[in-house]
Amino acid sequence: MKSAVVQLPGLNRDRDMIAALTKICGHAPVTVWQTETELPDVDLIVIPGGFSYGDYLRCGAIAARMPVMQAIKAKAEAGVKVLGVCNGFQILLEAGLLPGALMRNASLKFVCREIRLEVVNAETAFTRAYEKGQIIRCPVAHHDGNYFADAETLAAIEGNGQVVFRYAEGTNPNGSINDIAGVINASGNVLGLMPHPENLIEAAHGGTDGRGLFASALDVIAA
Amino acid sequence: MTLSNTRPITPELIAAHGLKPDEYDRILALIGREPTFTELGIFSAMWNEHCSYKSSKRWLRTLPTKGPRVIQGPGENAGVVDIDDGDCVVFKMESHNHPSYIEPYQGAATGVGGILRDVFTMGARPVAAMNALRFGEPDHPKTRHLVSGVVAGVGGYGNSFGVPTVGGEVEFDARYNGNILVNAFAAGLAKSDAIFYSKAEGVGLPVVYLGAKTGRDGVGGATMASAEFDESIEEKRPTVQVGDPFTEKCLLEACLELMQTGAVIAIQDMGAAGLTCSAVEMGAKGDLGIELDLDRVPVREERMTAYEMMLSESQERMLMVLRPEKEEEAKAIFVKWGLDFAVVGKTTDDLRFRILHQGEEVANLPIKELGDEAPEYDRPWREPGKPGALPASLVAEPNDYGLALLKLVGSPNQSSRRWVYEQYDTLIQGNSLQLPGGDAGVVRVEGHPSKALAFSSDVTPRYVEADPFEGGKQAVAECWRNITATGAEPLAATDNLNFGNPEKPEIMGQFVKAIEGIGEACRALDFPIVSGNVSLYNETNGVAILPTPTIAGVGLLPDWKHMARIGGARDGDQLVVIGGDGSHLGQSVYLRDVLGIVDGPAPEVDLHAERRNGDFIRSAIRNGQVTACHDISSGGLAVALAEMAMASGKGASVDLSEAQGPAHALLFGEDQARYVVAVPADLANFVCANAEGAGVPFRRIGTVGGDRLVVDGLLSLPIEQLRRTHESWFPEFMDGNGTAAAAAE
Repeated sequence: MKSAVVQLPGLNRDRDMIAALTKICGHAPVTVWQTETELPDVDLIVIPGGFSYGDYLRCGAIAARMPVMQAIKAKAEAGVKVLGVCNGFQILLEAGLLPGALMRNASLKFVCREIRLEVVNAETAFTRAYEKGQIIRCPVAHHDGNYFADAETLAAIEGNGQVVFRYAEGTNPNGSINDIAGVINASGNVLGLMPHPENLIEAAHGGTDGRGLFASALDVIAA
Repeated sequence: MTLSNTRPITPELIAAHGLKPDEYDRILALIGREPTFTELGIFSAMWNEHCSYKSSKRWLRTLPTKGPRVIQGPGENAGVVDIDDGDCVVFKMESHNHPSYIEPYQGAATGVGGILRDVFTMGARPVAAMNALRFGEPDHPKTRHLVSGVVAGVGGYGNSFGVPTVGGEVEFDARYNGNILVNAFAAGLAKSDAIFYSKAEGVGLPVVYLGAKTGRDGVGGATMASAEFDESIEEKRPTVQVGDPFTEKCLLEACLELMQTGAVIAIQDMGAAGLTCSAVEMGAKGDLGIELDLDRVPVREERMTAYEMMLSESQERMLMVLRPEKEEEAKAIFVKWGLDFAVVGKTTDDLRFRILHQGEEVANLPIKELGDEAPEYDRPWREPGKPGALPASLVAEPNDYGLALLKLVGSPNQSSRRWVYEQYDTLIQGNSLQLPGGDAGVVRVEGHPSKALAFSSDVTPRYVEADPFEGGKQAVAECWRNITATGAEPLAATDNLNFGNPEKPEIMGQFVKAIEGIGEACRALDFPIVSGNVSLYNETNGVAILPTPTIAGVGLLPDWKHMARIGGARDGDQLVVIGGDGSHLGQSVYLRDVLGIVDGPAPEVDLHAERRNGDFIRSAIRNGQVTACHDISSGGLAVALAEMAMASGKGASVDLSEAQGPAHALLFGEDQARYVVAVPADLANFVCANAEGAGVPFRRIGTVGGDRLVVDGLLSLPIEQLRRTHESWFPEFMDGNGTAAAAAE
């Protein structure tokens, strides 16, 4: 499976993401710059974390309007898998590829710590390596991860199985409604989540719980 | 419309620039005429304490700065140390004390930005950051505001830039009430054959301005940082710069790309005194003159005078001497990253620093003398008196050892710093192996299968106050010890020397003796100082801070799989103290925080024992004989055991009946050169026999297991209770509960 990592000024977990994808599927992803309008032919496009354009406007708002996002939207509509992590999640929401919004953490402070995630839906292209209800470890590092959606949207995404990850065991770090940590679009090919599975994929990280997400998306689940 | 660059030079104007009458006379003698207004600003920027080190230089020269691994010592943007395989680590620590007190968020943020720039100017990608923070007493009305702002500022900049913060210190003491300390450390990785320096070479080559535009922020910042504070402090807010971590991140990527092209001859970041300091440094080091045309400087404000442009401390800027044939290639990189790239001048062969503005020459000064011939003082100093001996027999025992330990682990200075470090991204880059909360932060070297670097920042100001010489030694020894406790070999250190007004002989005496102690310890431990920073005049209304020479060190782990952690102990492991029994209660936190007394001498540091014990610990860790290791520092053995138990979640049964001396000294004594290790039971005899063979004092004190920390006959505390107490102080304090409680009393 081939993958691409989007690089925008101010994103800073792109190197983490490239390292994780390389270690998990054995070859490096291609990188895509903000001005590119023709995307390479890949199976997975990842928008990594960071502070695109400084997040000086609403998080992800500027990035969502860059030329590369038009190309990503087209790919998403064509069924290519798109993963947004942290700032990448914020960008996907701003671009209208996912429902809801991310607000400032309830504590009003940046938070970096390990939390627990419940895999709510293990039937997506991103979570097949996990089991439904499985609790995994995962770090978070963000200032604006407080997920919100209006009642109607919330009922819809909960009803459709679009809530893929929930903060578990009282570890919600940001006040997200319904403990929502990650959501997928209705077609099941665009996933956004606040936590950083790419920072928990090898022994040096103290665990490999994040690996399953990439193994699922890249179709490299060990038989 | 032309701006006026002239202003009459009056004694008041000279004094307002922080220049003493004799220093002004020196300027007159040097240039043979009255300086222009712009020139006066330039002299003030170059000759202030912050930039010229005029009070400290003489003593800094006595520090050991060389070693087999040192590639670059003090005098460049940062120190460079070899870590094998053609890799090197580039690091430095620098203070941003005064700006952070005036405007905590931006002061701290730009402190972090400045030190990151120092590291990547040399061609290194930053991989780790630390912050040593010191605040006034918790009850002081400004403290909470300052803690909140500084921590948010450190996080706001470092998190956005994308460097993991892996360690640091946070302490409270009334002596920092009017003058907090913010010491920022950064380290980066580079290839030893691709280090970039600030020395310009070649005549007639373009001098290029890179990065963000110049504004009026920070005009006169370095001069402000070289003065004492008084009530007029609020008026100084405009001298604090404003940070833009997004631009800095772009500048990092652009600079590293640029350096790959071979276009860079010399490069220097614009820190204190911005354009002035960077240009003079590049020219003076290369024995070249520099000519700048200010009309070509990218500005973000209108009608800026030459004086303002030369003294602006706008952030995220660099100055470079470029290979002219590479100009187009270099420019394209900066355009890609949305940054300014402007040829603003050229190198010359006349050793003059010439500034043109609106077609006129507004400054023409001898460049070497601006830097090299800054005034240098041998200030009078007086060795401070030391408190008399305080044998443990004269110190009261606690009524209840369990309550005393709880009091310590829940005290402002020994409680958990989680509230602080969870606001820092400790994981970014995916290489963090040990996070804040242990002895040292550890980061693996990307691209290498096993190498890792350990980082620690240390000083015990109350020891330095009681005995600057021993306190200076102790700061170095503790840093070395913390790095050793992970199994790493300490390689080199950077110092950030924070003191009061050097014009007072007793303050200068603290400074001189502390440097003497630092030098002695660095020599004995082969731990050279490769970079650093001096911050003097840390006084408010005549009251000085505690003398605080922060030492931040770097160590190398050849294989991180053989690394010790504070929380690695397993059930059944034997606990062994390496080093002697606790005996010294002078200046201990037991004395201060349990009994409410500050008295006695600082503990002495036996550097021979320090080295011997540390070398033993490192070898035991690397041979896989140790499951957990922690150094014994503030709070003594009791706090060390409690911290290990809280980190591992495993209790311990400890028996001190065979140890010599009173129980409170055994448990709370702050004797140096000591560690606690957890050793698998089947290896305990072997490890102890090895210690005996190496002449290392040791004592087997107990066994890991259970859910309580038990010291026979003295205390028995559930780990959960220790944890709750340890974790609760900081968040409750920041929520304001501390004040409510204090008000109710």
